[in-house]
Amino acid sequence: MPSLKDLKNRIASVKSTRKITKAMQMVAAAKLRRAQDAAEASRPYTERFNAVMGGLASGAAGSASAPRLLSGTGSDQTHLLVVMTAERGLCGGFNGNIAKLARTHANALIAEGKTVKILTVGKKGRDVIKRELGDHFVGHVDLTAVKRISYANAQDIAKDVLAKFDAGDFDIATLFFARFENVVSQHPTALQVIPAKFDQADGADAALYDYEPSEDAILADLLPRGVATQIFAALLENAASEQGARMSAMDNATRNAGEMIDQLTIEFNRSRQAVITNELIEIISGAEAL
Amino acid sequence: MANVQFDLVSPERRLASVEASEVQIPGADGDMTAMAGHAPTITTLRPGLLRVVHSGGADEYVVSGGFAEITAAGVSVLAEQALPRAEMTQEVYDAMIAEAKAAMKSAEEVFKNEPGPVDDAAKLISDMVAMGGHIGLNAN
Repeated sequence: MPSLKDLKNRIASVKSTRKITKAMQMVAAAKLRRAQDAAEASRPYTERFNAVMGGLASGAAGSASAPRLLSGTGSDQTHLLVVMTAERGLCGGFNGNIAKLARTHANALIAEGKTVKILTVGKKGRDVIKRELGDHFVGHVDLTAVKRISYANAQDIAKDVLAKFDAGDFDIATLFFARFENVVSQHPTALQVIPAKFDQADGADAALYDYEPSEDAILADLLPRGVATQIFAALLENAASEQGARMSAMDNATRNAGEMIDQLTIEFNRSRQAVITNELIEIISGAEAL
Repeated sequence: MANVQFDLVSPERRLASVEASEVQIPGADGDMTAMAGHAPTITTLRPGLLRVVHSGGADEYVVSGGFAEITAAGVSVLAEQALPRAEMTQEVYDAMIAEAKAAMKSAEEVFKNEPGPVDDAAKLISDMVAMGGHIGLNAN
């Protein structure tokens, strides 16, 4: 049975924890709004880009001269997994879920006898995967210092990935990130970026365009930019998901702390009552004995 | 006269969405002006000035990289880098030039025996210099 003083200390410590989690939740809520705005702002670009690329790609996919970024290297032996996670923890299962998906994927590929290479973005995921698949790491991108993700960050990653592709380091690249559904649900997603896949919904009306310079030249120019665009979209989705996950995790923590305080308070009151009753009994029995 | 719906978007934000009477685009193969009823065209961009004429006057933007999609009723410009001309300062311009020069250098190293990419990078720089001269900034 803890003493009254112990209980009091514990209540005080849980209360200050609750204050911290509450503050973190509110910070995450504010950041989430900003991250969502950023994701929203990038959507028109990404959508139009993919629509145009879809049209171009459906025209070029069949031809033998299609760029390698579109048609692939003709092999699927070496896979590059780009695993994007957060730089900070305390966001529930966010990092773990992405890492788990990537790990399952990697293990399945290894079991098939493929070569797996892993590029990590964000150090939390790196820590999680390191234990099992540390030998497969080929690089790491640190975004700790980045406050607001800009297109330049995505371009840097894309440049790195494209340089590896040009050097023949891998055949297929897949991005792992969490797609933002809403505040309570974020889905870990795998998205193949090389060779590029586009929704070829309305390829028919795309064929009506004039192209300047030639169709092939445009495709060759835009495909590398497409990789950067996909990475940028994934980074933004991830940022929004991270804040969403953190917000709900901290909301839970705040609620748990509240429950704990209630329980401890009840326990505290009970033992205080017991102490008072004890003292009364002592006084009364002392008086009776006289 | 009929107007076209003009949209200018960069990956980070939507810069403009207005009804325009004409849009001058710095296409990779040369400048072109799009007005209502233009044949559907897709063109890549070179670094340059994009000029939009609409009922409230004319706006100018500095764009670099990306493409423009022109249809009879609208013009969408998707630029990797885009800023209103007023925000184009000497510092931003210097950064762009420095980046282009770095790209040229790496192209020279990687493609020693293939002139294609090196020429492309050189053209990028000369386009930027030309654009700077046009808006009164000097490259050094």
